[in-house]
Amino acid sequence: MTVGATLETPSERASYLRAGYSLRSWLTTTDHKRIAVLYLYAITAFFFIGGIAAALIRLDLATPGGDLLSNEGYNRAFTLHGVVMVWFFLIPSIPATFGNFLIPLMIGAQDLAFPRINLASWYLYVLAGLFTLYALIAGGVDTGWTFYTPLSTLFANGYVAAALLAVIIVGFSSIFTGMNFIVTVHKLRCPGMTWSRLPLFVWSLYATAMILVLATPVLTMLLILVCIERLSGIGIFNPDLGGDPLLYQHLFWFYSHPAVYIMVLPAFGVLSELVTAAARKRIFGYWFIAYSSVAIAVIGFLVWGHHMFVAGESTYASAVFSFLSIAVAVPSGIKVYNWIATLYKGSISLDPAFLFAMGFIGLFVIGGLTGLMLAMLAVDVHVHDTYFVVAHFHYIMVGGAVTAFFGALHFWWPKITGRMYNITWGRITAALIFLGFNLTFFPQFILGYLGMPRRYHVYPPEFQVLHVLSSAGASILAVGYLLPLIYLLYSLRHGQPAGSNPWGATGLEWTVPSPPPKQNFAEMPVVTRPPYDYPIRDPMSRE
Amino acid sequence: MNGSLQLWPQQASGHAAQLDTFIMAFTVFVALLVIPVGVLVFVFAVKYRRGKTVDRQHAPNRKVWLEVSWSVVPFLAALGFYVWSTSLFFELRNPPSDTLDIFIVAKQWMWKAQHPGGQREIDELHIPVGQPVRLVMNSQDVIHSFYVPALRVKQDVVPGRVSSLWFKADKPGVYWMTCAEFCGTDHSVMGGRFYVQTADEYAAWLSSSGVDQSLAASGEVLFRKYGCSGCHAASSAVHAPDLAGLYGRAVALTSGETVIADEQYIQDSILLPQKQIAAGYEPIMPTFKNILRDDEVIQLVAYIKSLRPASWRVK
Repeated sequence: MTVGATLETPSERASYLRAGYSLRSWLTTTDHKRIAVLYLYAITAFFFIGGIAAALIRLDLATPGGDLLSNEGYNRAFTLHGVVMVWFFLIPSIPATFGNFLIPLMIGAQDLAFPRINLASWYLYVLAGLFTLYALIAGGVDTGWTFYTPLSTLFANGYVAAALLAVIIVGFSSIFTGMNFIVTVHKLRCPGMTWSRLPLFVWSLYATAMILVLATPVLTMLLILVCIERLSGIGIFNPDLGGDPLLYQHLFWFYSHPAVYIMVLPAFGVLSELVTAAARKRIFGYWFIAYSSVAIAVIGFLVWGHHMFVAGESTYASAVFSFLSIAVAVPSGIKVYNWIATLYKGSISLDPAFLFAMGFIGLFVIGGLTGLMLAMLAVDVHVHDTYFVVAHFHYIMVGGAVTAFFGALHFWWPKITGRMYNITWGRITAALIFLGFNLTFFPQFILGYLGMPRRYHVYPPEFQVLHVLSSAGASILAVGYLLPLIYLLYSLRHGQPAGSNPWGATGLEWTVPSPPPKQNFAEMPVVTRPPYDYPIRDPMSRE
Repeated sequence: MNGSLQLWPQQASGHAAQLDTFIMAFTVFVALLVIPVGVLVFVFAVKYRRGKTVDRQHAPNRKVWLEVSWSVVPFLAALGFYVWSTSLFFELRNPPSDTLDIFIVAKQWMWKAQHPGGQREIDELHIPVGQPVRLVMNSQDVIHSFYVPALRVKQDVVPGRVSSLWFKADKPGVYWMTCAEFCGTDHSVMGGRFYVQTADEYAAWLSSSGVDQSLAASGEVLFRKYGCSGCHAASSAVHAPDLAGLYGRAVALTSGETVIADEQYIQDSILLPQKQIAAGYEPIMPTFKNILRDDEVIQLVAYIKSLRPASWRVK
């Protein structure tokens, strides 16, 4: 490291980061880039809160007797883990940070369409986070993140209403963000940025925004109904008062299944950027990938019943939901094969971002295909509510969405901060996360098929070996997640200046200085070339 | 039970064996899809790594036939598995007519069972081998889920609904039964032993569990005690539906619907009589919701199920 690296570069002096130093200038900002940074701080905090709960869970499961936590304590730990990770990390993760930062830059705009609403969404997120922390500190919640009735309305102790309120509020934050993205993509594209030139990251966030806007209100209404039943005793889901607990499950999964695509569609978008930049090659089958995002968003609304095969849903409804769940796997499969075809004859760099992308592809394929197994009715009857399901959705949400988040972080960090981090440490981290993840969650597929139910902390001793393996993997995973905190923060002061385009990638965001100036573009960009228009190389060149 | 590593669950039924065959075949299918992805990512990353001299000319940007085929071929193969698994599922949902019906009540945090002969047990269930068994299940509080991994079956037990589950265990032994749906504080200790016994062992267990009368006989006593017979007897002056041969029959309702009189219908008619009114009758029956205990409801349902048209006339 040279002395010069620690000095401010000219582009840093003119950047959004230097547009004001006071706390007030950050807390009242309407700059999409600053709001993205605010979100990055907030979701990182919640990622570690949820992670601590996960660590307690894995530690407790190392012995079959559940010796670390009480039954009640264990139930509170996994409820906290689920609520925090789903609503306060996964759902806002890529959209609210990278989507916020990159959409205007990628489409040649100065900001999102509604900058103040963008800031309001962050404040709602923080307010909801405070309610969650209150519920946690006041004593916790033991309903599971699913809040199934009548457990949540009539039987659960704890601060259920505070937690419900937190989720209701954070839902409005999602709706604001989604609405902002849709309007921005429609109205603020610069001249020449046609729909066929839109980066696939923007396509996938556009599809995500549609789901955010259409699905989240269902959750909001549902949880308000749960609050009403819990607080005032009006019968909505209570069978003794003529209600139906399954009504709750239908409405909950009508939101919560599409919510899985809220988490994973942005990850797909990240992958399309990472793979093309790593291979320095045009994407294979642009329209197949763009439309598959839209297809996933649409079909994703029609598969909620696969969460209820053993809940009391009719046989024929189950058969239809099983079929539709198999159908939704097709557009996801298309994307994976298209990324691989993109690598063919590319010029592939093994930078950290691409190692994360490779990890994503492997983990997502396993997660997706075990999802196909779960869509098979007879299989689900056996493994529903077991560790098989736990392993499956962690492969999608952690192996998929979180790995893509880290890939995005390593790819766009130089753009956001203007500094390069240590590439070697990035590669080590990508490898640790991949290995730690598989060691943590692969044994859980076997546990699930053996019949180990989820949300159990006392279990038969013959399952212990697999649980210990899983806990050992979790400790490796924890190291993998903590390392970037060190070398990325170190890079802020001591990293080399990144330059505007350290990876040699296409895309408008790489044409502006790093970090970008407050107004993004000095003058309105005009797009004349297709996306991922990497130069055709001389076959014998040694790049 | 011991602490050694277990990698495959016990099989206690023909269905378990069929499902295991399915899952193995499906795993092969999944491997055929996963392995090429992993191998190609790795091979391309090595072969086309940046800085290596290699032919990179004529890289395709799209090939519609290729994209369509890698979408459609795995989908069609998956549909084959869909037909297979759905047929297994339909078998699980269509019990044979000669089942042994055992009543289950789930509550925080125990499983209570009542056999047709009146024998009761808690957190244990004894069933005869080779005999189709149907569990008729109610929950008193939250949602529970009856799960025996060795049989590869589970069924949620939702309050307000009568849930049923049938199976035929083929291998005598002691297995784990448990609750699969999160049901509150002691969820992870809500379970017990599931005994599959030979016919002789089962008969011995039944007789050793010492009861003087069957469920239906207890129900008949209750039927008189609570005054049901006052209206529902054939000789009664009150115009009330005839219960003889009711079970399994189609019943026309005042709403115009027709329902099959199953355990759900009979139980609802006792506890929620206004929910479904039989056509041609006044809605005058009072509810017995806060009068009958849950085991008494089961006994009454068992009695009404047992009423064949002929037996009614004799009595």
